[in-house]
Order: sequence, then C-alpha cells, then structure tokens
Amino acid sequence: MTVTQPETAARTAVLALTGISKRFGAVQALDAVDFAAHAGEVVALVGDNGAGKSTLVKVIAGVGPADDGTIEFDGRPVHIGSPHEAQHMGIATVYQDLALCDNLDVVGNLFLGSEISRGGLLDEPTMERRSWALLRELSAKIPSVRVPVASLSGGQRQTVAISRSLLGDPKVVLLDEPTAALGVAQTAQVLNLIERLRERNLAVVMISHNMADVFAVADRVTVLRLGRNAGEFVVARTTNEELVAAITGAADNVVIQRQRRAEAGAHPHGADPRGADPYGADPRGADPYGGEQ
Amino acid sequence: MTEQTTTGGAGTAPVRGDVGQAEQVALDLTDPRLSQQQGLAGATRAAIVRIRNGDVGSLPVLVGLVIIVVIFQAANPTFLSSTNLVGLASQIASTGIIALGVVLVLLLGEIDLSVGSVSGAAAAILAVSNVTHGMPPGVAVVLAVGAGAVIGLIHGVLFTRFGVPSFVITLAGLLVWQGVQRQVLSLTGTINLPRGGWLLRLGEFRYFGYTGSTVIAVLLVAGYLVTQLRRRQARLRAELSAPPASLILVKAGAIAALAGLVIYALCQDLGVPYIFVILLTLVIAVDWVLRRTRYGRAIFAIGGNIEAARRAGLRVDLIRTSVFVLASTLAATGGVVEAMRAGAAGRDTGTGDVLINAIAAAVIGGASLFGGRSRRYAALLGILVIGAIPNGLNLVNLSDELRYIITGSVLLAAVIVDAITRRGREATGTG
Repeated sequence: MTVTQPETAARTAVLALTGISKRFGAVQALDAVDFAAHAGEVVALVGDNGAGKSTLVKVIAGVGPADDGTIEFDGRPVHIGSPHEAQHMGIATVYQDLALCDNLDVVGNLFLGSEISRGGLLDEPTMERRSWALLRELSAKIPSVRVPVASLSGGQRQTVAISRSLLGDPKVVLLDEPTAALGVAQTAQVLNLIERLRERNLAVVMISHNMADVFAVADRVTVLRLGRNAGEFVVARTTNEELVAAITGAADNVVIQRQRRAEAGAHPHGADPRGADPYGADPRGADPYGGEQ
Repeated sequence: MTEQTTTGGAGTAPVRGDVGQAEQVALDLTDPRLSQQQGLAGATRAAIVRIRNGDVGSLPVLVGLVIIVVIFQAANPTFLSSTNLVGLASQIASTGIIALGVVLVLLLGEIDLSVGSVSGAAAAILAVSNVTHGMPPGVAVVLAVGAGAVIGLIHGVLFTRFGVPSFVITLAGLLVWQGVQRQVLSLTGTINLPRGGWLLRLGEFRYFGYTGSTVIAVLLVAGYLVTQLRRRQARLRAELSAPPASLILVKAGAIAALAGLVIYALCQDLGVPYIFVILLTLVIAVDWVLRRTRYGRAIFAIGGNIEAARRAGLRVDLIRTSVFVLASTLAATGGVVEAMRAGAAGRDTGTGDVLINAIAAAVIGGASLFGGRSRRYAALLGILVIGAIPNGLNLVNLSDELRYIITGSVLLAAVIVDAITRRGREATGTG
C-alpha cells in the first residue's frame, strides 16, 4: 500500500498518533485510530457525525486523553493529560465556539490570560503593536484592533481566534470547523488565513464537513468512520466522490449517484490514488504513513 | 472588505523594519477603510461621528443631570446654593462608595443584594467597638472594614463552591447581616459616636477650604496630564496613532475648569467634605484597577465570556471570589463613612433605600446588568443623579411617596436608554 507522497513522507510527523482508542461506557468512540500531521501541511479530518472527529481532537488537545495508543510529538513519545500540557507542548486548539470575549477589543482578546504588563500596569502600546504585527503577517483584514470583537464579522472573529492561538508559538494548530456558519467571502478569508499558517510551516489540522473547503486548502485528508480510520487521501489525487464514499462507507448514496449522472462516466474509478477498492472493503491499513520507511 | 490595497497593509510579510521611513502612517491607521482624523479639529469631528452613530457614552447621564439641576433650580433657587451642594456632596459619599462595589459585581454579570445590610453591620461594628468597648477609632475602622471583607469572602466561597446564584446568596446575606447588625447593637438601638473623636470630626466637620481643595485639584490635573502625555509618548514610540497633545491639554483644561467650579460652589459655604474626597479617590482608584491592570481585564473578561476566560487560563473562581470580597469591603467602607457623617450607627443604618439607590446609581451611571460592560466613573455619575433627586424633591416639599416614584422612573429611563444605545455602542467600540 504505497501512495506515499515523497515530500511528506520524507519528513517525520510533528504529531503522530498510533492505535488511539477511547471508550465511553459501551461506546467505542475511537478504535485503534492512526493520525499524523506534518509541518507545513494542512490535514483535513473528515467524517460523518459520530465518526470520532471531536473525540480525536479532544485527545490531541488534552481535553479527553485516550485510553490506549501512543502519541509522538516531534518524534518523542508524549503524554497529553490536560489542555495546559497540550498548549505548553505547542499544540493550539481553536474550538468551533471560538471562545472570544465580545466585550473586549481585539488586543484584549488576543492577549487574554497572557497580557504584557510593566510595573503592574498593562502595557497597551506594546500589545497593540504586536497585535498589528501578527495580524499583518497573516494578511488579516481587521480595520482596527480597538473595536470590541462583538462588532466584527464572523470571518474576522475566526481570524482573531486563530491569531490568538498563534501567540504561544505553536507547532500544531487544530481548527474545529473553521468555516462553519460563514458566508462565501468570509470563508475565503479564513481559507486564506489557513494558507498563511501553512506558509509559516505549521502543521494545521482542520476538521470540516465542507468538501469544497477541504479541496480548497487541505493537502491530505484523513477520513474517520464509526471510530475507525476509513481512508487516507492525497487531495491532489482524489475526488469528491471518493471522499464521500469513504465517509459514508457506501458507494450507493444520492451524492454519488448524482455526480455519476452528471459526469456520465467521465471519471473512472481507476483514479483512486490508493489503488484500493474504496467500496466495501475495510480500507484501514491504507495509511500512507503506516509503514514509515 | 475588498478594497484592501495601497498602504502596505496587504500581504507583504515581514512587517517590522525598525526604521520607519516608509511608514508615515501610524501602525494602527493603515487600513484604508478607517477614516483619518488629524489634530484637535479631527478629534472633535470623530467625537461627533461617534455620537451620531449611537455611541453616546455617558452623554445621556450628563444630559439627565443637567435637566434635573435646571428643573430643581427653577423650582427652588436654594438647590444650587453652596449650603445645599455641600450637604449633597456629603450625602452621596457613602452610597456612592457602596455603588462602586456594585459596579464591580455587575461587571462579573452577578449581583450583590446584601450591600446595604453589610454597610449597616459595619457601621454597627464600628460604633460598638469604638464606644461600647472603648477601642481606638482606628482599630474600630479596621475591624468594621475587615468584617466586610470576611462577609464578602463567605459570599464568594459559597458562590464559587456550590454554584448557588449570587442573587440567592446575597438575598440571604441581606437578611443575615441585618440580623447581625441588630445583634451587635443589641438593645441600645442607636449608638452615638463620641463628640470629640476624629471619626465624627472627619465625617461631619472636616472640609477642605479653598487652599486644600485647590491643592487636590492641581494634583488631579497634573496626574491626568502626566499619565496622558506619557501614554501618548509610549504610543508614538510604538509607532501607533496617539491623541494630539492639544487635545490632552484641552481635556486637562476642562477637568481643571470643572474642579474649579466645584471648589467655587462648595467653598463659599463649608468647603469640600473629606468624605466626598474619599469617594472621589476610591472612584479613581477602582477605575485605574479596572482599566489598567491584568486583574481588571480579567474581571471584564469573565463578565464577557466566562468560558473564554477559563480557557485562557484565568483563575476564574479566585477572581470572582475576590470581587465579592471587594464589593462587601467597599460596602462596609460606605457604612463606616455613613456612621461618620451621621455621627451615629443605628438599627436603620444601611436599610431602606440604600441598597436600591446603590444599584440604581451603578446602572444609571452605565454599568450593564448583563455583565462585562461599564462606562467609566459609572458609580460617581450615577450617585450624582440618584442623590440629586431626593435632595431636590425635599427642597420643593414633595412627599416620600412621590420621591420613590420619581427615582424609580429615572432608573427605568436609564435602563431603557442603555438598552437603546447598546447596539450602537457594540458597533462602535466602547464597552
């Protein structure tokens, strides 16, 4: 099983999870899941509701540690027992609800909990200056950092939340549904920002339901289904159809039927990068990073 | 948000060369969407635009205050007399200090209904320890204020440990501490503070004359000038926009003029009461803590989004507990000041409309009931309105019944104005 893209396989993963399992009572939320993220790469984590995406993110973010499996960070085995440990290690998480204080301005939110102070008093000029530097580096379009975030658009709020996660100089950034509930222009703005993160050589993990977004920015896609790995795709060499098939675990659903009708067979399935039959068979073990050479 | 091009705000990565030859425009004004305002005239225009956009700031309170003054002055010319104003300044001191604590609790999005009772209990403790037990006045003050801190600690711990709504805890506190107050006073009913003691002198008979109050005013204006000019320097050094020096001078002049007016008005009679200066000092100190320290920022953050504050690593429970401690401590201080002013502590100290006046003052002054938002100096502005109304109504011989109705209506009007201006405020940016 070798789809190994040379440029990613050559590097060791910043974050590598192997055989992660997590059980909630009778429910096996994650069953021996493998996952990896590389510097300068955007990995999309996709899957249907209940596929285990959030559980996996919680494992990485230290919110809900795994029952079983190993995590390697920067090549060293680590234990992530709390959000604080994750942050300290260099894993920043931006949750879907953003967790911004609407009443504080952009500077206040960016530096919340790690304000710069001098002689016991807040050093506003320094914080404001650093905010501008950071936002510009990300080409973020925020007109003023002195407005409360309540008055910003959804995309701008997402920008603030993501920028905030970068202040701790992380190596891995987890984005939970960064484009959910955003309009077209704002989605584009956030996707641009994700490009910037990749340029900064960060490992970006993006959870998404939106295939268009996945195809727009992701380099690689990890599909989860019912708590197991359900496929690993290189975006440049896959199709929407294949992803949907992996997510739903069935070849026969309306999206695919419709697409098939539309393409009228113009897109034969031989294009499957893994060379594996995407239908029916358990695609686990297809992980291109499974057997590191 | 598409017309981003020219001024270098766009994609060119490394932002910060230390030399700013190309960067004529301040770092925070490069976005082409921002309107640029230069100098004093520009600042004035910007202020007008802000008000037009619905960010009215403390304007409604100030306008309301002016209307109240005009009406009462028309009804009875003694309203603006020096004697009456001196009386007003001492009357509002204690409730103003209590309201200051209420503002802090409101910022968290919580409420403290016990502040009236706590002030009464503190006054009782002061009087009993000083008069009945013969302790020195200084010790008595420390005991009374310390008791307030302990009470606040109890509220705060109950609130954070058991998750009982602050409304319920402090409602229980309202009864409990009133009971304590009566217990402490036992059968005596009312205890008069000793005539010659400094407690009474400080409260009732001490005023700053022209010299003393002028010194205070000069210190105030100089302090304002120094901090604002230094802030301006720091911003310019960081290549950020800064208010023009002329604007700072004009504002300092306005503060000086206002202080002069107050001194002129009060010093024709007795002068500026010590306890009013205590109120002013505390108002400025609390504002300073709220706007300039990490602790103050944390209070705003918790009131704005407690989950975000928690995730940012703030010690939410500790901060919330400390705010309850502060609120009760300020309430106790208010009780001590009230005892000093009245020269006595009795069963009805801190009861009646003290609680509702303190909360009304905080809300009228601009503290939001929903947490996380307060205008600057809310307690002071609010207590001026809340204090002026009964004072004026007394002068025109209106009954208590009408006084309550009018005070209630003013409170309602203030909350409605706040609700109306809320959206504009969120949009323009003063929280």
